[in-house]
Amino acid sequence: MMTKARRVYSIPYVLWLLLFVIAPVLLIVYQSFIGMDGSYTLDNYKTYFASSTYLRMTFNSVLYAFLITLIVLVISYPAAYILNKTKHKQLWLMLIILPTWVNLLLKAYAFIGIFSMHGSVNHFLEFIGIGPKQLLFTDFSFIFVAAYIEIPFMIMPIFNALEEMNPSFISASVDLGANAWQTFWQVIFPLSLNGVKSGVQAVFIPSLSLFMLTRLIGGNRVITLGTAIEEHFMVTQNWGMGSTIGVVLIIAMLAIMLVTGEKKKKRRRAN
Amino acid sequence: MAQNIITFHNVRKEYDDQVVLKDVSFEIEQGKFYTLLGPSGCGKTTILRLIAGFIEANQGDIRLEGKKVNDIPANKRKVNTVFQDYALFPHLNVFDNVAFGLRIKKLPKKQIEQKVKDVLRMVQLSGFEEREISEMSGGQRQRVAIARALANEPEVLLLDEPLSALDLKLRKDMQYELRELQQRLGITFIFVTHDQEEALAMSDEIFILNKGEIVQSGTPVDIYDEPINRFVADFIGESNIVKGKMVDDYLVEFVGKKFECVDGGMGKNESVEVVLRPEDIQITSPEKGKMHVTVDTQLFRGVHYEIVCLDEEGNEWVVHSTRKATEGAHVGLFFEPEDIHVMRFGESEEEFDARLESYEEEQEG
Repeated sequence: MMTKARRVYSIPYVLWLLLFVIAPVLLIVYQSFIGMDGSYTLDNYKTYFASSTYLRMTFNSVLYAFLITLIVLVISYPAAYILNKTKHKQLWLMLIILPTWVNLLLKAYAFIGIFSMHGSVNHFLEFIGIGPKQLLFTDFSFIFVAAYIEIPFMIMPIFNALEEMNPSFISASVDLGANAWQTFWQVIFPLSLNGVKSGVQAVFIPSLSLFMLTRLIGGNRVITLGTAIEEHFMVTQNWGMGSTIGVVLIIAMLAIMLVTGEKKKKRRRAN
Repeated sequence: MAQNIITFHNVRKEYDDQVVLKDVSFEIEQGKFYTLLGPSGCGKTTILRLIAGFIEANQGDIRLEGKKVNDIPANKRKVNTVFQDYALFPHLNVFDNVAFGLRIKKLPKKQIEQKVKDVLRMVQLSGFEEREISEMSGGQRQRVAIARALANEPEVLLLDEPLSALDLKLRKDMQYELRELQQRLGITFIFVTHDQEEALAMSDEIFILNKGEIVQSGTPVDIYDEPINRFVADFIGESNIVKGKMVDDYLVEFVGKKFECVDGGMGKNESVEVVLRPEDIQITSPEKGKMHVTVDTQLFRGVHYEIVCLDEEGNEWVVHSTRKATEGAHVGLFFEPEDIHVMRFGESEEEFDARLESYEEEQEG
C-alpha cells in the first residue's frame, strides 16, 4: 500500500529528473561524439586533448575556480564562526543571504559601475592620492566579483554545521584540558568539515563554468571552459565540440564531488 | 582524616536577574560518593557546572583542595565531567576519545596507550578501541564517557545525570558499577540526578536541592527517616503527610487522636506535620489498630500492593503491603512510635540538626 502511494507521489520527480537532468546529460554525451559533418567520431575528444589552447583553458578554469574557492573559504569560515556567536544570528545570516536574491547579471553590471575608470572605487583612489587605476577587466576584479557572489553559498553550510554542533562537545573538550585553540582545531573544525565540504562543492563547481563574469568583469582576458562552451554553442555553432567540453566539465564536477563527498571512513588509529 | 576537597561558600548564581543558586554553602569530603538530588530547575546542574568551571559564580568562593578556583578556567581544573548526553566526539573512535585529554597533556605515546587500555578495561570495554562511537550502544557510550573522564585521573568526577538515557535494567546495573568503581578508585564522585531511588542506592551523602537552595543534606538513611520538611518527605519516597499538633514532648496529636512518638524539643501545642511512610504501616484488625480506616482502592505494584485507605476525616493513607486487602473493608492501621516522624514548619537545617542532637542526648542520658 505504502509503496504504491510512494510510487505515485514520486512520478513528478522522476519525470523532472528524466526530462531536465538525465536527458540533457545524455544529449550532451551523444552530441560530443558528433563531428561538424554530422557523423559519429572521436575527433572532438582528439581535438580537445591535443590542443594546448583547450588544455590551458581547462587548467585556467580549475586554477581560477580553486582560487575563488580558497578565497571564499578563507573569508567565509571566520564569518560563519563569528556569525554563530552573535546575538541575532538569524538576522545577520539573512543579511548575508539577501544579495543572492539579486540577479547575477544585475550584480555584474553594478560592479562594472563600481570598478570602472569613473567608478566609485577610482574616485576614492583619486581622493586618497593614489590616482585612478585600471580595475575592470583584470584577473583581480574577476576573482573579486566571483568571490563576492559565491560567499553566501559557502557561509550557509558552514554556519549550519557550526550551529548544529552540540555545545557539550566544546564543554567536553575544555573539560579534558584543551584550551580554546586546541578545542577549535581538534573538535570544532573537524566537526564542521561536512559544512566546509558542502560549501566547497557549492562554490567550486559553479566557479568552473562561470562565463558571464569572465566576459563582463574579466573582459574576456580570463577564458574558462564555461566561456568556451558558450562560444561553441552560440558563436561557432560547433555543438559537438561544446558538448565535449561539457562532458569534461561534468567529469571534473563528479571528481570534485567524489573527493569532497561524505565517505564512510574506516580510519586507522592516528598513531 | 577525610579532608574537604570542595568547598562552596555563599555561592550565588544569577542568569538575567533570575537567581538559580541562592548563597549556597557546603563542603565535600575527599573519596565519597555525593549526590545532588532535586527536581529540574533546582540548581543541581548549575552547581556541577560551577565546579567544572563552565560557568562563573556571581558571588561567593569556590575552593578546590583549599585553593580558590573562581578565576581558574575549566581546562586547568583537576575535575572531569561525564555529560548527560556523553558528548563523545563523533569524529574520533573510542581510543581517540579516551586519549583526547592525555594527548592534550602531551604524554608520551606509550603511556597514552597503556593508560587508555587500563581505563577501558576498568569499564569493561577492552578490545573496543577501534570502534567508532556511532557503532556503540547507549550503555557502551556511557562507559566510554566514564573512561574518557577517568583517563585524566581527576580528583573529582562529576556526573551529570549520566544514567537518564539508559533503560531501567541497564540503569540498575550501572548504579552498582558506578558505586563499585568509586569505591575502588577512592576518588570523589559528584552525581547529579532527579531520581531519588538512584540517589538512595548509590550515595554516601545526599544534598537535596529545591529552588536554588540546599534543603537538607545527610546520608540516605538519615534523609529517608528524618525528612526535614514536606518537600523532602514527598520527594524522597512516598509519604503520608497530615497536619498535627505537638501536645507534649513525645506525644503528638493527629486525626483527632494522641499518639506516642519519639520527637521532642518543640513548643507545647505547636502545629506540625506528621509523616508516616507507607511501608511502616501495617494493616490489622480494627481492634488491634491504632487508627481505623476503610480500604478505598488497591493497586498491585509487583513487589507490593499499594493500598489507599480513607480515615473518618477523609485523609488518605497509603499503605504498602505484601498482603492483599479487600476493597471497602474496615481495617485498623498499626505503626510503632518510632515510625511517626514529626516535622516543624519552616525549620532550617541547622535548627533541625541542633534539635535532633539535643533530644537524642536527653534520651541517652
